[in-house]
Amino acid sequence: MEILDLLEIVDVSRRFDAFLALDRVSLQIEAGEFFTLLGPSGCGKTTLLRLIAGFDQADGGDILLDGKSIIATPPEYRPLHTIFQNYALFPHMTVAENIAFPLRMAGCAKKEIQSRVGEALENVRLPDKAGKYPDSLSGGQKQRIAIARALVNRPRLLLLDEPLSALDAKLSEQMQLELINLQKDIGITFIYVTHDQSEALALSHRIAVMDHGRIAQVDAPSRLYGYPNSRFVADFIGKCNVLAGHVREQQGDCVTVELDGLGPVHVCRSETNFGVGSRCALTLRPEKIRIGRFSSIPGASDTMTSMSVADTVSPLGDESHFTGYVHDLLYLGDVTVYNVTLSNGILLETLLANSASGRTNFFEVGDRVEVAWSCDAGHLVLD
Amino acid sequence: MPAIWCWINTMRKTMQGKAWHKYLLSLPPMVYLLIFFAAPTLIMLFASFRYAGEYGGLAPWYLHEEGRLTLDLTLENWQRLLGTDIYLRLFLKSVGYAVMTTLICMVMGYPLALTIARSDRKSRDLLLLLVILPFWSNFLVRIYAWMIIFSPVGALTRMLNGLLDLVGGGPVTLMYSPTAMIICLVYVHLPFMVLPLYANLEKHDLDLLDAAQDLGAGKWRRFWLITWPLSLPGITAGSILVFIPVLGMFAIPDLLGGTNGIMIGNVIKQQFMESRDWPFGSVLSIVLTVTAVAVVLLGARLGQGRGGRG
Amino acid sequence: MFLWLSAALVYCFLYVPLVIVVLFSFNDSRLNAEWVGFTWKWYGKLLHNREMLAAAMNSLVIATVSAGAATLLGTLAGIAMHHYRLRLLPLLVLAPIAMPEILMGVSLLVLFIMVNMTLGLVSVMLAHITFSIGFVALSVQARISSMDPALVEAARDLGASPWRCFREITLPLLMPGILAGGLMAFTLSIDDFVITFFTAGVGSSTLPLQIYSMVKIAVTPEVNAVSTLLMLLTLVVITVASRLSPTLFRAQ
Repeated sequence: MEILDLLEIVDVSRRFDAFLALDRVSLQIEAGEFFTLLGPSGCGKTTLLRLIAGFDQADGGDILLDGKSIIATPPEYRPLHTIFQNYALFPHMTVAENIAFPLRMAGCAKKEIQSRVGEALENVRLPDKAGKYPDSLSGGQKQRIAIARALVNRPRLLLLDEPLSALDAKLSEQMQLELINLQKDIGITFIYVTHDQSEALALSHRIAVMDHGRIAQVDAPSRLYGYPNSRFVADFIGKCNVLAGHVREQQGDCVTVELDGLGPVHVCRSETNFGVGSRCALTLRPEKIRIGRFSSIPGASDTMTSMSVADTVSPLGDESHFTGYVHDLLYLGDVTVYNVTLSNGILLETLLANSASGRTNFFEVGDRVEVAWSCDAGHLVLD
Repeated sequence: MPAIWCWINTMRKTMQGKAWHKYLLSLPPMVYLLIFFAAPTLIMLFASFRYAGEYGGLAPWYLHEEGRLTLDLTLENWQRLLGTDIYLRLFLKSVGYAVMTTLICMVMGYPLALTIARSDRKSRDLLLLLVILPFWSNFLVRIYAWMIIFSPVGALTRMLNGLLDLVGGGPVTLMYSPTAMIICLVYVHLPFMVLPLYANLEKHDLDLLDAAQDLGAGKWRRFWLITWPLSLPGITAGSILVFIPVLGMFAIPDLLGGTNGIMIGNVIKQQFMESRDWPFGSVLSIVLTVTAVAVVLLGARLGQGRGGRG
Repeated sequence: MFLWLSAALVYCFLYVPLVIVVLFSFNDSRLNAEWVGFTWKWYGKLLHNREMLAAAMNSLVIATVSAGAATLLGTLAGIAMHHYRLRLLPLLVLAPIAMPEILMGVSLLVLFIMVNMTLGLVSVMLAHITFSIGFVALSVQARISSMDPALVEAARDLGASPWRCFREITLPLLMPGILAGGLMAFTLSIDDFVITFFTAGVGSSTLPLQIYSMVKIAVTPEVNAVSTLLMLLTLVVITVASRLSPTLFRAQ
């Protein structure tokens, strides 16, 4: 028998007047997964979440839970709960009454409600807040009560709509860890919506990057970061240099690309078959580019040594290297970002860890530098 | 399969559709207001083309003659309005009183609203409450208070006449004069000016004033170049809220204005309650309605024009 | 400094007349001219003034009934105006507030006479409901728009049917706005003179009408006494209302 996914979204579309918020979106989400919908505002991620929760009606397509369609089921009959952006705790009910709400709606006996509310408060380590009203809680406490309320009658699925965006940076980081542990402990599937890529990378098992109502890529965080399948994904997740060019030849997984204004470079470990002559783009993470002082004798730089002291770039066999000038730099404490102008006028973002003691920046604005990357540092996408 | 759930979905949308709720909620108040607000206004428009009844009220609007129904409507009432300049002068006088009241309210209300808006948060609520409280005391009581103050035997009149006597002036009566009336009109409507003004002034970013000072603007320039232009929407709102009720006022002129202080509201009241000439009363009411609507629309347009800039 | 001084003067202008009214209600003199001595007798006289008592009773009955009806209709209107993009209803709700009162008074008079209705308590109530609906609707609408729409969705999400969601979440959260609007309708009705003047008939005189007819004849301390009581009543009602909805009176 085929193993069913927990939640299956099939060809779902949603249109608001002239605006197509979701364009035939399909997704499979497995049981026990921490799944994130990631994208810029207006990409359709919240719309999709609202369709799953049942607050909104799809114009076409189907949503299956355990293989059964729930698209026509009103939200109160769907075995899933939502954590709202501002938590949506009922202000006229105490914390205990808030947590009891879903149990009361399900018609549980009074005694059972009492014991389960107590248990839920223990789980979020706030047992003394039972009689308090939500207004008197801090942001982090509200968040935990919202989670307790959503989990108290054990839904199949928990939907989280940017739940950390209302918290300050420190608290948000702490709550990220709590969410990871919570999800691991209870094993309920989480579908998490965020526009914050670092949150998504830290939390998720898998991420769906969305753009203009479509799914751009679904993958594990590390694959998404290392092997974006489009310019958009590369750009949206982390910082990325994108160099345009066209394919000159392909031998197995090794591609020679003619970069516009820069000349040929080798790119290895390409999984896609590109036709010779097709337009493509090389995506290069700043941390994968090495930067060194320009050596006046090109090709003789193998005498100039180690890579950690970034005074020079050693052109290894499969390495591409170019020269340029430091256009500007951004000192960030742990690292310094150098924007290097290459010969074709393109700005290349590179960074160096400020690991040497007693030094702040390795280069100054206007310094002539060499940049280099190995053939497996970049990733090629169709343009 | 998709066809089936597509159908289910459509059915659901119709059954659960918001249309049903929408009518349940909006119909009762809408029907009530149509009957008791919209219909009477239209009826009045209709009444302005009818003849007055023999014993007051309205004459039938059709005649039963030789087995035929004929309309019995007339333009006479409108001709009466336009035939002389009595009503035009009355109308202009009313507008004049209303404008004067509005201006005095503005002059008195602005410093007050500004004081409240610039005071600290704690005292702000109290100061505001002190403006609202008299506003919630009965309208007639507030008029009555001024009748006491202006009464011929009252302390104010006697003191004033004592002073006038010293310099050889004749005795004056304060009561039953346009002056008394305007003071009372201002008194009753002042909160209508202060509240919207305050609401506007409170929202001003005080950093703007610091910035202006930093850039070299003195105290008065800061007021005229920053605070005043930004408060224009509040002034517009306040002016409308004062101007319209004052224009239709009849109780204050009635009790304090004397024969000189008659306003359009008094004549309307007279037509309906005393001369019982309803059609002509309707004509005057429609003129008043149209004026009020025009003022509101003008104000809304002014407010919009500024909204773009502010 | 100049600001504070002028503000203080305006406050005096607002309060001196009212203080005079209250003060003279305890003055042992027929004339509201100078202070003679303290007395309760004008309040005593009020208690024996049958017309005045009847008018007070009328006022209370009219205010209670019209406030009740206006609260119901205004709440519906407020909710509808918040949830749906309606064109006619907001106009109908707001126009009576924006127009001079005399217009509503005379047009309702014409309507009541046209349908052969005898002017009395009922006609006054119908008129008062008309101008109160808007105030209740605005109060309720202000309350809803300050409500997080996610609360309703959260309730549905956690298993509440639409009706239960309305009963357990929406209604309790709207209650302060509804009550404040209702109390406001009550005081507006108790205080209304202009519209009542046109729509009341024989035997349906209210307190303001009674004050008007007394004042037209002569200024007497009895009026001061009834005015003072009326102020006190309004003050109490408004205090309660503002406790329920502190933001309401700023939105006015």
